[in-house]
Amino acid sequence: MSKMTYREALRGAMREAMRADPRVFLMGEDVGRYGGAFAVSLGLLKEFGPERVRDTPLSESAFVGAGIGAALGGMRPIVEVMTINFSLLALDQIVNNAAALRHMSGGQFSVPMVVRMASGGGRGMAAQHSHSLECWYAHIPGTKSVAPATVADARGLLLAALEEPDPVFVFEHALLYPLEGETEDGVPMKIGRAAIRRRGRDVTLITYGGTLPKTLQAAEALAAERIDAEVIDLRTLRPLDTATILESVGRTHRALIVDEGWRTGGLSAEVSAQIMEGAFDSLDAPVARVCSAEVPIPYAKHLEDAALPQPAAIAAAARALF
Amino acid sequence: MATPLLALPELEREHALSLLREMLLIRRFEEKSAEVYTQGKIRGFLHLYIGEEAVAVGAMRAFTPDDAIVATYREHGQALARGIPAAAVMAEMYGKANGASRGRGGSMHIFDASRRFYGGYAIVGGGLPVAVGLGLADRMQNRSTITACFFGEGAVAEGEFHESMNLAALWHLPIVFLCENNRYAMGTALMRSESQTDLHLKAQSYNIASSAVDGMDVLAVEAAVREAADAVRREREPRFLELRTYRFRAHSMADPDLYRTKAEVEEWKHRCPVENFAAMLRAEGLLTDVARKDMEASVGAEIAEAVAFAEAGPWEPVADLARDVYTPTGSS
Repeated sequence: MSKMTYREALRGAMREAMRADPRVFLMGEDVGRYGGAFAVSLGLLKEFGPERVRDTPLSESAFVGAGIGAALGGMRPIVEVMTINFSLLALDQIVNNAAALRHMSGGQFSVPMVVRMASGGGRGMAAQHSHSLECWYAHIPGTKSVAPATVADARGLLLAALEEPDPVFVFEHALLYPLEGETEDGVPMKIGRAAIRRRGRDVTLITYGGTLPKTLQAAEALAAERIDAEVIDLRTLRPLDTATILESVGRTHRALIVDEGWRTGGLSAEVSAQIMEGAFDSLDAPVARVCSAEVPIPYAKHLEDAALPQPAAIAAAARALF
Repeated sequence: MATPLLALPELEREHALSLLREMLLIRRFEEKSAEVYTQGKIRGFLHLYIGEEAVAVGAMRAFTPDDAIVATYREHGQALARGIPAAAVMAEMYGKANGASRGRGGSMHIFDASRRFYGGYAIVGGGLPVAVGLGLADRMQNRSTITACFFGEGAVAEGEFHESMNLAALWHLPIVFLCENNRYAMGTALMRSESQTDLHLKAQSYNIASSAVDGMDVLAVEAAVREAADAVRREREPRFLELRTYRFRAHSMADPDLYRTKAEVEEWKHRCPVENFAAMLRAEGLLTDVARKDMEASVGAEIAEAVAFAEAGPWEPVADLARDVYTPTGSS
């Protein structure tokens, strides 16, 4: 167990992987000399040099595509895309190449590439730096998606992603970078497992990434009102750990999904549908959702706060299930 | 003008005849593909390489089996020139399990790991960043291999082309960029889509040495690509060649070909890379009528075998629909 920040846990995982495997390298905008837009890779250039901590031009499509080619050529690239909004410039490479190559080649080629990106709002960055588009990625067969919400997961899921033979997206909610916590050194994690962050009997709150702390806060508020909420952290968005969700809802008979993505066609809709398909008979109330308002994330603090899921709204939505 | 044979001392009779045979194989393969397409044996898109044979055949001679090849959706020529059996390509177009990509890719997505053939890419420009990455992997692992990246002139309008040129030059990557300029991006003529139609000049703006080559002349293509590939091997820097060619058939089988005149197509057919090369070999005394006839027969037999292989190939069981979406060694 080591105490550190979420940011340091990611950095430590990359350092560990790069020390252990000469095929692992990091590339992206300002990952080297600048130290990373969110200071995640700070200091790695000094240890590993500019070949393995590779600054790129502002060419998301080409450097994500280069990650695909490098993976095909025997490397284990970690590609940092500064924000999930910027990753849209690389969607062609991600959807048409990275995700499809294995199937399209009849199983001849795999693309062991990890793409890291910051996501989420709450920082006054407005509509081009704040979105939560995780569900777009979780939609794509041939890829996996993880959203670490704790310091231990930042390390563990990134290392697990690097063990995967296929493309993995790692979504780092930007508000989590300074979060402090403890890592579980030496315990290998597996992709595809949700975690129950709080045990409870009355309602299951299902969330991931940046809304986990808010959901836990809401659960504490509910506890004061004698509503005992269970909190599930999805951790992996593709493939979803449906078994853990259904088992929990089977016990609590109520479910609320908290998702910083938009409601329409979002990840919350998928989780809700899976509950309908697998636990309909256990439900004592309709599945509920708290999502971001259907607006491009605004700049002004009061508007942004109103647009994003907040603990009070989460608690209110849970209360309404009784 | 065809390059005089004597200018290429390494060229021997056998070499010349093998170039001709490969081009002929592609020509007849494509004619057969069009035929079975109209019979409904091949579905989806089919982009024929007829007219452009000299490019794939001449260029591929410059690369060793260890080098990597990246191609486009019009890649039957590259696949065959790389040595992928005609049977595997035909079976893939039939959608059979014995096809090059187990029936998952079709005409536009031929892959062969054993020949480092990294596939046909059907998003214009989409193969270029992948080639950059293959070059990067060579560089980072200190390998002596290089990457051949084929793309059409239409790709030059894509942002991915410019990003990739810049990265390849900036990072000193061992890649030969081969711009196959057949003058039409689907139905859009080059002069209607580019402000600068001397495409190889664009590479120079990224500090990549480049030139334009007559893509209808297999010897000229071979000489130029060998020179470029040798330079890439020696200098570990990218090179760029624009290979000026023409497709005699429509963009795809779905294309009514309304955007160019028949006269223009006929004019280009006078520059047929296969027949002009055959005529030159005959004039040089390297090809007799009998040898040509034998060559046609052997190519015909190879294609007949390919069709028989495809016809006899098994369908992938629907139960295996989802195989090869993920690599089995990953977490489930």
